[in-house]
Amino acid sequence: MSSSEIERQWTTRLRHRVEGKLPPEKLLPDTQPNYVSSWIYVFGVATMSALFVVIATGCILALRGPQWWHGSAYGHFINSLHLWSVEIFFFSMVVHLWGKFAMAAWRGGRALTWMTGVITFLASVATAFTGYVSQSNFDSQWISTQAKDGINATGAGAYFNVLNLGQMLMWHIVLLPLAAVALTALHIVLVRIKGVVPPFEENPVVENAEVTQ
Amino acid sequence: MAFILSFAALIPLDSLGHYIHWGWVEISVANFIIIILMIATFIAAITAPFPGRRRRKENR
Repeated sequence: MSSSEIERQWTTRLRHRVEGKLPPEKLLPDTQPNYVSSWIYVFGVATMSALFVVIATGCILALRGPQWWHGSAYGHFINSLHLWSVEIFFFSMVVHLWGKFAMAAWRGGRALTWMTGVITFLASVATAFTGYVSQSNFDSQWISTQAKDGINATGAGAYFNVLNLGQMLMWHIVLLPLAAVALTALHIVLVRIKGVVPPFEENPVVENAEVTQ
Repeated sequence: MAFILSFAALIPLDSLGHYIHWGWVEISVANFIIIILMIATFIAAITAPFPGRRRRKENR
């Protein structure tokens, strides 16, 4: 195979494109700009760390099942870890969101990074909701019977039946976590490609500014 | 175990939840506390000094 044929292959073209957009030193950088040394930049990583614990504890709950998480001390412990890591996940995500909103973090061609964050937030809300209705206790029965009227009013009830425990559990442990993790990965890759948004300039140059006397 | 149970007794979970009614606003005390904590954390995050920042400035 000639070198020009190799260069035309989609694998070669894709590799060159990935290498150009995201070289290893950008994917795993050694240093960050000085302005990143603030506590407000910690909450994105805190959210990601909480997500890791959510997934890990969710895997243990899936392995052992509802009778175990309702009926044993160790099951209660892992169940509580799953709940509280979700609480920390949303807490950190909201502070991260406020911080990025205040920085107008969509500047400098970062609109897609911002939008993937927005969609990840929405997917996470849906994941948490299906988790609440999948607990298999009186709380989940109460939440699902309260939610069904709202969902049915949107017309989505025909496809998304909150009273169907099997369907809600599948959404909670397969579809929505896949979406949330994939979107989080995409969000992080975009942050690495574009870098952390710089702060606002103290004295920005205003183009076409009119001087009045 | 008794130590853990003494913590659990601080917040009675077998009673009805408490709600704040403020005009048309109705919010549970638990959710209200979480929102206040998030606001406090946000303010602390943008005002509290980050460890190592001063050292980095001195090195410049």
